Parts: sequence; structure tokens; C-alpha cells
Amino acid sequence: MNPTLYYIIVVFVVLMVPLNLAAILIWLERRLLALWQDRYGPNRVGPFGLLQSVADMVKIFFKEDWIPPFADKVVFVLAPAIIVVTVLLTFAVIPFAPSFVVANLNIGVLFFLGLSSLGVYSVVLAGWSSDSKYSLLGGMRASAQMLSYEVFMGLAMMGTVVMAGSFNLSDIVEAQRHVWFVVPQFLGFVLFFIAGIAETRRLPFDLPEAESELVAGFHAEYSGMKFGMFFVGEYMGVILISCMITLLYLGGWLGPWLPAGVWFAIKVFLLICFFILLRAALPRPRFDQLMSWGWKIMLPLALVNLLVTGALVLAFK
Amino acid sequence: MLSVLRSLWNVFLHMFQPRVTVQYPEQKPYLPPRHKGRIVLTRDPDGGERCVACYLCAVACPVDCISLQATEDENGRRYPEFFRINFSRCIFCGYCEEACPTYAIQLTPDFEMGEYKRQNLVYEKEDLLISGEGKRHGYNFWRVAGVKIGGKDKGEAENEAPPVDVRSLLP
Repeated sequence: MNPTLYYIIVVFVVLMVPLNLAAILIWLERRLLALWQDRYGPNRVGPFGLLQSVADMVKIFFKEDWIPPFADKVVFVLAPAIIVVTVLLTFAVIPFAPSFVVANLNIGVLFFLGLSSLGVYSVVLAGWSSDSKYSLLGGMRASAQMLSYEVFMGLAMMGTVVMAGSFNLSDIVEAQRHVWFVVPQFLGFVLFFIAGIAETRRLPFDLPEAESELVAGFHAEYSGMKFGMFFVGEYMGVILISCMITLLYLGGWLGPWLPAGVWFAIKVFLLICFFILLRAALPRPRFDQLMSWGWKIMLPLALVNLLVTGALVLAFK
Repeated sequence: MLSVLRSLWNVFLHMFQPRVTVQYPEQKPYLPPRHKGRIVLTRDPDGGERCVACYLCAVACPVDCISLQATEDENGRRYPEFFRINFSRCIFCGYCEEACPTYAIQLTPDFEMGEYKRQNLVYEKEDLLISGEGKRHGYNFWRVAGVKIGGKDKGEAENEAPPVDVRSLLP
């Protein structure tokens, strides 16, 4: 096939699948939460309530798109776009199957880390430009939380990078052909998972939006599709983190019998379900607990993990 | 940490438990006969209106949703000229039923009264009157009351002795 045409198709698929999956995830999350709480969830619109997300989308598009008069208008409009753009850009380096990747960067891991750091701007700027107390508190929490969890997120990932000897995500997956990195790097896996939850601001680490204390946190002043963008960004973040965990620790597309893309999809789906289970089961910690866990437990553990991994890799080389 | 994993596992196990939701429009819940729902006006076994327009229900109503006007027919029987319940105000407390001395006003297990126009929630007497006796069978106020009406003089009601003639000299 013509390589240009192939890449256009890949780009289109990579662009469309996360966006549509984010819409379906709204339905999936509500159904799964309901399942774990002995309820049914949305089951009226369409088969199994699948068209509920369509109805939600229609509703959110027809809502009044309101900018508070006291808000900083340019930044206020820009903030929800940043999160969607950064998350979508990160999907460019995700190899969904061998050679099914938009940009096979040799620094894919660093690209992911850099863009997820840029994603913090969205939340912080949203909280700042809204010019209201709850939003500001949410933005402050978000910046503190995401900055401190990003530190050991990167350090936890480095374990796999050291073992694979490459920053390229495809190479990291190929290095797991014998044993998935979740076995030798179990501590790193747990640390990366926790950091990933904090990075996507999902429960139990949803302190920036904590409904019960901050109303809705950084997006309290947003309505209509701008609010929808934050939502889409959050769900795409969940997909992204699940993809990254799959690639780094669960062997990416590797697996017997089934085609590569299917294995990738199965692993990502199970991880997304686990993210939702976390939301169903766990309460939200206090903010100071969150920070002290991050700096006093997670960061030293990540450092120890990296040091031991590096030493062992050196010793057995 | 262990408690986190345990609660995760416990919540996961709920996947295999039956759901508590009642799928309402398809699956109707059982409502006992004394359920306090839509209000009706019942008739006595002879088919006459039980309501004697005493206003006690209107007085008992905490939200003032009952409005009626008493009048008398040619036999001297009191009955409501109009009887109106505004169900957009009614809170279905059942005080009217408790206040009613003739078992005329009764609450039924029907609660599906949704309307698109608010005015449609104002029920007139012809909407409220049912042809049956409701929860109380065989009761006829005029048959047991000591009130004189056309066709029934004093002392002719059930379990009632003729009145004492106070002008008679006999003991």
C-alpha cells in the first residue's frame, strides 16, 4: 500500500478511536459503577442504553456556552482545548500494533512525559482564569498533585526503560517477548499505576474536582462543550494511561493466538475497567495525605526501584 | 493497603449479586390496599353519594387542596354541590380520609397521575366519584344516622329506638 495513504489512515484511526471511545466510556463507566453498586445504570436509550452517550452529547452541545463576566476570556476558552490537544498528541506515539503507530519516535516515553506535564497547564489555567475560589483551589490542588506525582511517574517508568534499553515504546514492547515487565518490575508497575490515576485526576485521586468539597473544582465555572472537553480529556487520559501501562508493563500487543491489535485492546479494556472499579470502591484521601504519600513513600520507593533495577541490569549484562 | 485491596475485592464481588433496582414501568411494585394514592369519593351500597358535605376533610387538609360547597336535595340529604381536589397541591397525607365521618373520601393505591397541563390535575366531583364502595363495604350513613330525611323519620334508623315523647305522662 502507498505509505502516505497508510499513514493517513493510521492518523485518522488514532484520532477517531480515542475520541469515540471517550464517549462510550461515559456509558461504560456508568454501567459498570451501577453493576458494582447493584443497580442497572442507563439502560433505556438504545440497546443496553448504548445511545445514552449520544443523548448526553446532544444535550451538552445544545447547552448555553457561557463565559462568566469576571473570567479571563482568552485563557478560559483556551484551557479546555489544551487538555484534549495534549492527550490526543500523546496518542501519536502509542503503538497499537507492530507498525500501527503515527510517529515511531525514539524518545516516545519522554514525549509522553512531556505532554502529560503540559496537560497540567489546562487544569491550572482553567482554575486560574475562572477567577472563583473553588476553581482556584481546584487548580492549586491539581498543580501540586500532578507535579508531585509526575516526578515518581517518570522515575517508575525508567525501570522499564533501563530493562529494555530504549525510549522507543515499540522496542520496550518487543523487549517483553519472554516475560512481561510486570513481573520483574512489579513495584514500578504499582507505582506507575498509582501515578497514572493521579495524573488523570480519577478517583481516588480526584481532589482537584472533589465534588463534595470543591463543588467541581477547576471546572466549576464551565458549561456546555467546554465542560465536555474536560470530560473527554479526562476519559481520553484514562485510555492513554491504560495504553501506557499495557505498553510498559503488560507486554503491549504481545499474546498468543489472537492478532496483535486485539490483545492490545483486551488489555486496555481490562485496565479501564479496573480504573472504574477503583472509582467504585475507594474513598478520596485528604489532600495532605495525598501529598505526603507522594513525596514520602512513592518517591523514595521509585528511586530505590530504579537504583536496584539499574544495578541488577549492570551486574547481569 | 490491605484494606484497599479488600474493599476492591468486595466491591468486585457485587458484580455477581442481584440488582435491587425495580424496572418500574414494566415491573410494577405491589402496593397494599391502604396505600395513600389518588383520592376518590365513594358511594353507599344503594348507589347514593356518601359525602354529606360536612367540610371536615377541607378543614383537616394541611395544604388546603380540597374545596366543596354543601347543599341539600329535596329529601333533606346533604351533599356537595361541587367537590374539587387540586392534586397539584395534594400531599397524599390521608388526613381527609381520617377526618371523614361517612367513609366517603378514600385514598387508593393508584399513584400514576402525571399530566402535561397543571390544570388537568384539578379533579372535579365527576372525576372523583367512583361507582363502588371502596374499602368500606355495606356502610350507609343515612341508614344509621339519627337525622330525619325524606322517607325516614326520627327513630327509624338501624339500632335506633323511637324517640321519647316528652309530653306524655307515662313513665
